[in-house]
Amino acid sequence: MANSRPPALDIDRLIDDRRNRILVCCGSGGVGKTTTAAAIGVRAAERGRHVVVLTVDPARRLAQSMGLTSLDNTPRLVAGVGSGDAARDGAADGGNEAGSGGSLHAMMLDMKRTFDEIVEAHADPDRAAQILANPFYQSLSSSFAGTQEYMAMEKLGQLRRADEWDLIVVDTPPSRSALDFLDAPQRLARFLDGRLLRLLVAPAKVGGRAYLRVLNAGFGVVTGVLTKILGTQVLRDVQTFVSALDTMFGGFRERADYTYQLLRAPGTEFLVVAAPEPDALREASYFVERLAEERMPLAGLVLNRVQRPPAAQLSAARSLAAAETLEASAAANGHPLAVAALRLHADRMQEAVAQRRVAEHFTAAHPLVPIVEVPAQPDDIHDLDGLRRIGQAFGSANP
Amino acid sequence: MTTRDTDWDGVRLHVVTGKGGTGKTTVAGALALALASGGKKVLLMEVEGRQGIAQLFDVPPLPYAERRIAVAAGSRSGQGGDVFALVADPESALVEYLEMFYSLRHAGTAMTKLGVMDFATTIAPGLRDVLLTGKAAEAVRRKDASRAGGRTYDAVVMDAPPTGRIGRFLNVTAEVSGLAKVGPIRGHADSVQKVIRSPQTAVHFVTVLEEMPVQETLDGIAELRDLDGITPGGVIVNMARPLALPPDELVAAADGELDVDQLAVSLKAAGLDDSLGLAQGLATELSEQAKTALAQDVQLERLTAAGQPSYELPWISDGMDLAGLYRLAASLRSQGAA
Repeated sequence: MANSRPPALDIDRLIDDRRNRILVCCGSGGVGKTTTAAAIGVRAAERGRHVVVLTVDPARRLAQSMGLTSLDNTPRLVAGVGSGDAARDGAADGGNEAGSGGSLHAMMLDMKRTFDEIVEAHADPDRAAQILANPFYQSLSSSFAGTQEYMAMEKLGQLRRADEWDLIVVDTPPSRSALDFLDAPQRLARFLDGRLLRLLVAPAKVGGRAYLRVLNAGFGVVTGVLTKILGTQVLRDVQTFVSALDTMFGGFRERADYTYQLLRAPGTEFLVVAAPEPDALREASYFVERLAEERMPLAGLVLNRVQRPPAAQLSAARSLAAAETLEASAAANGHPLAVAALRLHADRMQEAVAQRRVAEHFTAAHPLVPIVEVPAQPDDIHDLDGLRRIGQAFGSANP
Repeated sequence: MTTRDTDWDGVRLHVVTGKGGTGKTTVAGALALALASGGKKVLLMEVEGRQGIAQLFDVPPLPYAERRIAVAAGSRSGQGGDVFALVADPESALVEYLEMFYSLRHAGTAMTKLGVMDFATTIAPGLRDVLLTGKAAEAVRRKDASRAGGRTYDAVVMDAPPTGRIGRFLNVTAEVSGLAKVGPIRGHADSVQKVIRSPQTAVHFVTVLEEMPVQETLDGIAELRDLDGITPGGVIVNMARPLALPPDELVAAADGELDVDQLAVSLKAAGLDDSLGLAQGLATELSEQAKTALAQDVQLERLTAAGQPSYELPWISDGMDLAGLYRLAASLRSQGAA
C-alpha cells in the first residue's frame, strides 16, 4: 500500500530555487491550468521572486482576481502581491507578506499583435506594411490553429531575453490536446521555412539533384492540385506573402528551434496540470511520456479539484447505512438534516474513491512522477486571497 | 405510427460544442443514442482526432470510415436504432474530396512528400474547417432510396470544436472568402454553408454551472446570433448534482447556520461514534454544497436569460460508462431534446 504512493511535488522548493527561470504549465482544457499558473505566480512573488505570468486564456475573472480590469499583450503589475519596489509603487495597502521583496506581473498573449510585432521588427516599414495587408498573412496570424502556440513560444523567448523577471510562469494554449503546443510551432515553422513555399515562389531557385527529381515528378501535380483546390488568386497571395517574408527573416525554423532549446535548457521546468478524471489524466500521461522522449524536465503533476470530504473518517457505505437506519427508525420525528448530510457525504466519499482510483492508475504507469493535490474549491476564484488559498495547498497540504 | 414531437424536429445536423472539461463528447454520444432510438439511423462524427468516441463507447480506435458502434434503446414500439461513428480527419477528407471531384487518386502521396498536405489541411486558413464541415454536410445530404425518408442518416451529430472556436469553425464561408473569392474551394464552402445556415442545423452548447464555461456559452450564443442564419440550439447543463438540502435552507447553510448539536444527536441515534466531531465535518460539507449551489443558481439565471431551450443531465457519480451513457440518452429524450 505504502509504496504505491507517489513522491510529493514540492512547489515551494521549485519556486525557491533561483536557478529555475521558466515554469511551463501544460495539460488539457478545463483542468484549471490558468488558475494554477496564476496561483503559482502569486505564491512565488510572495516568496521573493520577480515573476511574470504569461497566460493565453482570456478569462476576465482571472484578470479581476489579480486586481486588473483586463490583461493585454504587455506585462502589467499586479498590486498587492509581494513587496518589491515595483509592487510598492502600485500597492497602497501592500501585500500580506511584507518584506518578501518580490513582485508579480501578468499578461495575456495577443497572438496577432505578437506576430505583427515580429514583422515590424524585422522588415523596413514599406515591406512590413505590405505583409500586414496581405490577406494570407491576416488569416495566418489570426486564425491558424498553430499560430497561438507559435506566438506563445515566441513571447516566452522575448520575455526570457528581456531578462526583467527572474521567473516566468507560462500557461499553454487550450489546445485540443496538451501535446499541440510542442508540435504546432514546429509545424508552422516547417511550413513557413519549407520547400513547398520556396517551390511555389520560385521553383528554379531550389537546388539539389535529388530535389529536382521530386520536383519533376511531383511539382506539376502539386501546383495543379493546389490551384484546383484553392484557385489561382489564393496562390498568388501566398506567393506575395512568401517573397515578402523570404528576404527579411533569418528563418522561422531557427526561431522555433531557439524556443524549443529554451524549453530543454537548465532552468526550465514543466508542470503537468490535470483533474482526477480519466480523460484529463490520460492526456497527462501522454504528456509525461512525450516530455521524457524530448528530454524535457518534468517537475511533476498538479492534480486539481481533488475531493476531500471533511468527514473522511466515515466511509460511503457506513454513511448510507446510517442514513437508512435513521429513515427507518423515526417516521414521525425524522432527522431530515442528518439524512441529507449522510447521503451527501456518501456521494462525496464515492467520488473521492473514484478519483483515487484514476489517480492510482496514473501513478501505476508513472510511479516516479511527483504529485501535489489541490482540493476542490466550493466556488469560483474571485480575488488574490482565492489564489493564495490554492498556493497554500501547493505549499503544505501535500498527500 | 406517429413520431412524437421533440424540440428539434426537422433538425438533421446537431453540432455539439462546449468548453473543455464540460463533457461535450459524452453529451454528443448520448444525443446520438437518443436520436437513434425508435429505429433511426444516426451518424456520430468526431473532428478533432482525439478518439474520444472510441473511448466513450469502449471500442478500439476508429478509422476514417463509418462504422456501427452502438444499438440504441428500443422505444415502446420495440425497435432499437443504430449509431454509426466516423472519425473525420482533414487529410482523409481532402483525399476523398480530390478523388470524388477530380479523380486525383494518386495525388495524395506526392502532396504529402512536398508538405502540401500540411499546407492544405493545417495551414491554409479555413480549408481544414471547410473539409470537416463539408464531410458532415455530405453525410446529411446523402441519399438512400431504400430507407423511409430517402436519406442514409436520419440525423448527424457532430462532436465539434470547443465553444471558443465554434463560430469560426462554422462560419467557413467568411473565413475562406477572404482568401478564395472564386474557385472550387469557394464553391464547396458555399454549398456547405447551405446546410449549416439552414433550419436543419442546430448548434447545442454543453456547459457546467461554473462562471467560465457559462461565460463562454453566452459568448458563443451571441457570436452565432451575429452570424446570419446559424441557429443556436439547446443549452445542456451537464453534471448536475442532486441537492442535499431544500432550496429554502441553502442560504442559512451556506452561512454556516446549521444546528450542529441537533445533527450530532441524530448521528448518535444512528449509532455512529464521535458524533460531535462527525457532525462538524458533515455540517461543513452541507455548507460547502450550499455555497456551490447558490453560485450555480446565479449562473443558471444568466443562462436562462439567454432564452435558449435548456436541459439538465445528472452527474454520474459512479464513473462514466456505457450504462451511464444510456441513462443520459434516456434523460435527453424525456426532456424533449431528442
